[in-house]
Amino acid sequence: MAFELPELPYAYDALQPYMSAETLQFHHDKHHLAYVDNGNKLLAGSGLEGLPLEEVVQKSFGTNQALFNNAGQHYNHIHFWKWMKPGGGGRKLPASLQARIDSDLGGFDKFREVFIEAGKGQFGSGWAWLALKDGKLEVMKTANGESPLVHGAKPLLGVDVWEHSYYIDYRNARPKYLEAWFDNLVNWEHVEEMFAAA
Amino acid sequence: MPHLDRRAALAVFGAALASMHADAGHAQAAPETTGAAPAPAAAPPAATGPFTLPPLPYPPDRNAPSIDAETMSLHHDKHHAAYVNNLNQAVAGHPEVAAKPLHEILANLNSVPEPIRTAVRNNAGGHANHSMFWTIMGGKGGEPTGELKQAIARDFGSFATMQEQFNAAGGKVFGSGWVFVTVTPDGKLAMVSRPNQDTPLMEGGRVLFGNDVWEHAYYLTYRNRRPDYLKAWWSVVDWGKVGERYAEAKTGKLTT
Repeated sequence: MAFELPELPYAYDALQPYMSAETLQFHHDKHHLAYVDNGNKLLAGSGLEGLPLEEVVQKSFGTNQALFNNAGQHYNHIHFWKWMKPGGGGRKLPASLQARIDSDLGGFDKFREVFIEAGKGQFGSGWAWLALKDGKLEVMKTANGESPLVHGAKPLLGVDVWEHSYYIDYRNARPKYLEAWFDNLVNWEHVEEMFAAA
Repeated sequence: MPHLDRRAALAVFGAALASMHADAGHAQAAPETTGAAPAPAAAPPAATGPFTLPPLPYPPDRNAPSIDAETMSLHHDKHHAAYVNNLNQAVAGHPEVAAKPLHEILANLNSVPEPIRTAVRNNAGGHANHSMFWTIMGGKGGEPTGELKQAIARDFGSFATMQEQFNAAGGKVFGSGWVFVTVTPDGKLAMVSRPNQDTPLMEGGRVLFGNDVWEHAYYLTYRNRRPDYLKAWWSVVDWGKVGERYAEAKTGKLTT
């Protein structure tokens, strides 16, 4: 099944001022599209055609680096768009998720702090995550196109810390981007959906 | 180790928070605001420690339009400064590391104490790579002459072929990294790419020149078009300086 670029679930300017229309347009129309196009070229003849995306990601990891890079980033970005929404962020968490954050991560404030630190601490391109591993919530960070999917866990929330995610709007100030993203953009409903499915 | 459980996260962040987020700049010294295009602030005050930020050897607009002045200022005053500050913080309390020259630290990372090894790898690598990077730009492109010209023809076929291979290698780096031409003491050249701030110095090699393909090196001018940046970059290379590095490599004096 060929990869397809999904439509953004909101207008390019819907996430302003926390993420500019220009950033979103380049990120979706150029970067994500390149992962889809390159991924499709590399998928052909890989022996993994026809598998669900999650399996392509997991099976190409460590065996077909070029395909993995693009498939991994395709998966990450499909969810990244859904993990954001206008008027998101803050403490508007579904109760079931809030309870698990309290029990597994020491409460919302601690989770926010550790998640943002993971984003700051990811050296170079990559992602910071909330994931479910062995039935427990964990904060993780991964390089480039990797995700919890290839580290024995299920991604629930991820933030892109490749510089193309924030350099137009925040320059080198990655911490400012992470704080603005977490406090104003997170779509907790999609987190809840992935938590329920995990 | 990509994954942090709660306990590990607390330990990691408690011990190495300040030294780990070089890419994010110096959190306390980065008052940029949301949305707007902030003017580059002055460089943060030099951290106390053995390593210092070398001044940019030319005005930040010297490489325009191939590299815009804002990119140069941010790259030097924020990104490189953060590597230097974070390196100094990492080696504080480790005089046996702090006393060594940068290239010796990088060539012997396994002897760096484990708790600071990743921070030293990333930030010493970033310091070395950028210190090299500023000096080999500021020129007018063109082609090398003399012995270096001959070495390039010998080891890559031609100058044009070397450029093509270099552009292709730079385009292939997935995520943050560098592409380098290395030089041995007998003058032999080779091309390598490395992720993040890794450098051939980590294998005891020497860098003749290299180009930074982290997105911060080109995103303000070129957005996602890294190949355009790689092509334009040749017009600011100072082949005189690269030629000096070649001569130094052959006499054992090249350490950066």
